[in-house]
Amino acid sequence: MTKTQVKMRVNGRAVEALVEPRTLLIHVFREQLNLTGAHIGCDTTHCGACTVDLDGKSVKSCTMFAVQVDGATITTIEGMANADGSLSALQEGFRMEHGLQCGFCTPGMIMRAHRLLQENPNPSEEEIRFGISGNLCRCTGYQNIVKAIQYAAAKLRDAPQKEAAE
Amino acid sequence: MNTAVLTREQREAKLEGMGCKRKRVEDIRFTQGKGNYIDDLKLPGMLFGDFVRSQYAHARIKRIDTSKAKQVPGVLAVLTAEELKGVNLAWMPTLAGDVQMVLADGKVLFQNQEIAFVVAEDRYAAADGVEAVEVEYEELPVIVDPFKSMAADAPVLREDLAGKTSGAHGARKHHNHIFEWSVGDKAATDAAFAGAEVTIKELISYHRTHPSPLETCQCVASFDKIKGELTVYGTFQAPHVIRTVATLISKIPEHKIHVIAPDIGGGFGNKVGAYPGYICAIVASIVTGLPVKWVEDRIENLTTTSFARDYHMTTEIAASKDGKVTGLRVHVLADHGGFDACADPSKFPAGFFAIVTGSYDFPVAHVTVDGVYTNKAPGGVAYRCSLRVTEAAYAIERGMDILAQKLGMDPAELRLKNFIKREQFPYQSALGWEYDSGDYHTAMNKALEAVSYQALRAEQAAKREAFKRGETREIMGIGLCFFTEIVGAGPSKNCDVLGLAMFDSCEIRLHPTGSALARMGSKSQGQGHETTYAQIIASEIGIPADDIAVEEGNTDTAPYGIGTFGSRSTPVAGAAIAMAARKIRNKAQMIAAYLLEVHESDLEWDIDGFRVKGLPEKFKGMKEIVWAAYHSPPPGMEPGLEAVSYYDPPNMTYPFGAYICVMDIDVDTGVYKVRRFYALDDCGTRINPMIIEGQVHGGLTEAFAIAMGQEIRYDEIGNVVGGSFMDFFLPTAVETPKWETDHTVTPSPHHPIGAKGVGESPNVGGVPAFSNAVNDAFSFLGTRHIQMPHDFWRNWTVANQLGLHG
Repeated sequence: MTKTQVKMRVNGRAVEALVEPRTLLIHVFREQLNLTGAHIGCDTTHCGACTVDLDGKSVKSCTMFAVQVDGATITTIEGMANADGSLSALQEGFRMEHGLQCGFCTPGMIMRAHRLLQENPNPSEEEIRFGISGNLCRCTGYQNIVKAIQYAAAKLRDAPQKEAAE
Repeated sequence: MNTAVLTREQREAKLEGMGCKRKRVEDIRFTQGKGNYIDDLKLPGMLFGDFVRSQYAHARIKRIDTSKAKQVPGVLAVLTAEELKGVNLAWMPTLAGDVQMVLADGKVLFQNQEIAFVVAEDRYAAADGVEAVEVEYEELPVIVDPFKSMAADAPVLREDLAGKTSGAHGARKHHNHIFEWSVGDKAATDAAFAGAEVTIKELISYHRTHPSPLETCQCVASFDKIKGELTVYGTFQAPHVIRTVATLISKIPEHKIHVIAPDIGGGFGNKVGAYPGYICAIVASIVTGLPVKWVEDRIENLTTTSFARDYHMTTEIAASKDGKVTGLRVHVLADHGGFDACADPSKFPAGFFAIVTGSYDFPVAHVTVDGVYTNKAPGGVAYRCSLRVTEAAYAIERGMDILAQKLGMDPAELRLKNFIKREQFPYQSALGWEYDSGDYHTAMNKALEAVSYQALRAEQAAKREAFKRGETREIMGIGLCFFTEIVGAGPSKNCDVLGLAMFDSCEIRLHPTGSALARMGSKSQGQGHETTYAQIIASEIGIPADDIAVEEGNTDTAPYGIGTFGSRSTPVAGAAIAMAARKIRNKAQMIAAYLLEVHESDLEWDIDGFRVKGLPEKFKGMKEIVWAAYHSPPPGMEPGLEAVSYYDPPNMTYPFGAYICVMDIDVDTGVYKVRRFYALDDCGTRINPMIIEGQVHGGLTEAFAIAMGQEIRYDEIGNVVGGSFMDFFLPTAVETPKWETDHTVTPSPHHPIGAKGVGESPNVGGVPAFSNAVNDAFSFLGTRHIQMPHDFWRNWTVANQLGLHG
């Protein structure tokens, strides 16, 4: 099958991939770019384990063709830690509030929560629950995921104030 | 250690031992996308395998033509039963004593059954190859309803068993019958019913569902022809058992098989058994000489690898007029699908269903279970429960509500009246189990108070009157459940798989500088073993949990264990940890005595070291003792400090709990709202309250899904209806209720640290609580038992049949 060159920016790095027209974006991450954080859980766009951030939107990369993202800017879970390698507010929140168990949904859940907090830095519990309803978790019952996102939201709201105070 | 500087509290806190809400070690990698799951694995030259599956539920295979598939670019091989027969692997043994086709041998018995395995350079080419395989079928009559499987004229499903009048579990009374299993005193039970003042009898069905972990079943098999060695990486809840199965069926010696289970994305019972995908990947690797990966897609997962339940339980209770139970009789029709592939201990074809007497003091009971074949996928696994325990809990907890309704008694009062009393433990149940410990009255009363039960009943009464007056279209249900689980399989006297006693194991090594490595026979799928096991060791030997690495899932390095399922990790492996740690502490005591120049008996353990009794300043901390073990052991003592324990539990453990669900249902739409869900769990000693609470949340969410909609349904010709997440109900954060958790602590008297296990309790207790809430809501309108799952449509249908829609 004819292959096409696709260029994109992933986690701040310019990358190229040679793909078939039918190649799914998730397979480019996982099998060509060695970014295995995004997972495949359902193949039908229901579970959200494959969620990445694409040009400022949460996208389920198992139902997107790689050829569709030529020129896009993408962040995956591997690009989420702070510059010094420490856990970002969301990653820390998931750990502190026990927002994960088997860890399989976690990368997608964190990527979705990241976009949610970009769009709504101070979400209510109901807004969080609605905001992550495209992502399934089989272990936690979501209660601690909600708390984890609240933890991160609070920390991110406080951080600029602290910087200003210093 | 400078004990003068730190207080006792500070020393204890530094350990992060048992009882501490320790943050999870695993989360550092999982939150960064650095988990190591099977599909992340890439080996040089690795191929990809994919299945051709049956369109039909029951059909003869007239012809399989793989020639076109073999011409597809990238396709290297196509396996069918004919190829597998060459290595005697067309069929494989199941853990339940049956055999199962690896690839269709002459016929298929369920939709999506494996017919051929296409091996290609990548997953896209493999899918192309699957498309190109031609299969010619001759359709056969289908049995979907287990109640029709033993009709005289029912089609013969298992032609391979023709003429066999007995199976692994005794006599077969029909060509589609698998086994009949019974327990209890039939004559005494019949007598109790004959003389009973009140009886109830109800068919209580637990529908077919599926564990559906977010990561499906998958493996990579790699056969090294030069060494004659096989390595299988896989999503295995029981890696050592898989190794033993692999050696038994492949004839490769066990020391030449290496089974590795890395991080697992949830299991819930789905990843205990051995599946055709594993066998085909192994054979394909042997045939091609290259590593072969097999990854299920979601539809394959839901429709082929291990469903759960499909138990149809005719439940009868005898009682006196004042509500004292006098007998229990249950007959189960168990639908096992096309092959009997349950993962039960050998002697228990119906698992631990005999826990069906529940939390109540039944003087007599009798249970029979008939297992039958149908044209549905094989399985019958324990989906987030010990084996058949959630079925048993559902039968008895619905049964008690039905009895309460018949007696006109409050269901809480009926339960309190019949509970096994605290002083009766250890308690011998009528069906042969010895309950280790319990304090049911305290737990139930705490739960009733927590939700202001009497006020809820008063509100319900008022709401029912308002409904009758036409002032509201909403009905209110209060669902109670008081469950007793039986977990931690199990004692070698009655529990084995493939003849292997169901012990578990731990090896602990102390390193010279005072840190430690623990290797386990169990295998976490999200339970957080790396975190909690280290806490047990920290408390037992005074080394900080942060200095203890826990390793699981590599059969070359881990001691042999039976794995993680049936809430057995803490009851069995957790006990092995404590026992291994105590061996280390005993040796450490000898070393400390030598260092302090006193007799061992003059020493006492104190948080993180030994001190001389009565002389608190004479103290040796573990770090110093460990160094001495490697640097200057006492004369005549072997250097080093390590221990192994294989723990054979003396008994099962019996966690229990009281759950209360409050729900409102709109009779015009069938839409329910869970107003409140309170869960009190008693799992004995609590190792990490944060993780316990997380497990309870997760289990309740699965219980909610099962009770309120999650179902694998078949149409009359055996097509799976609902085989993807499009139709299979997995609740999102929006539907999922908010959970209130609580606890009491009644330690297990026979477990080294008193722990009982908790991960499965919320599923076992949650399902009856939800179902009882729905049934309770409708009961005043004249219903007696409404079958699960209680989705909006079914609730609407019930209301419609009651004539509530005018």
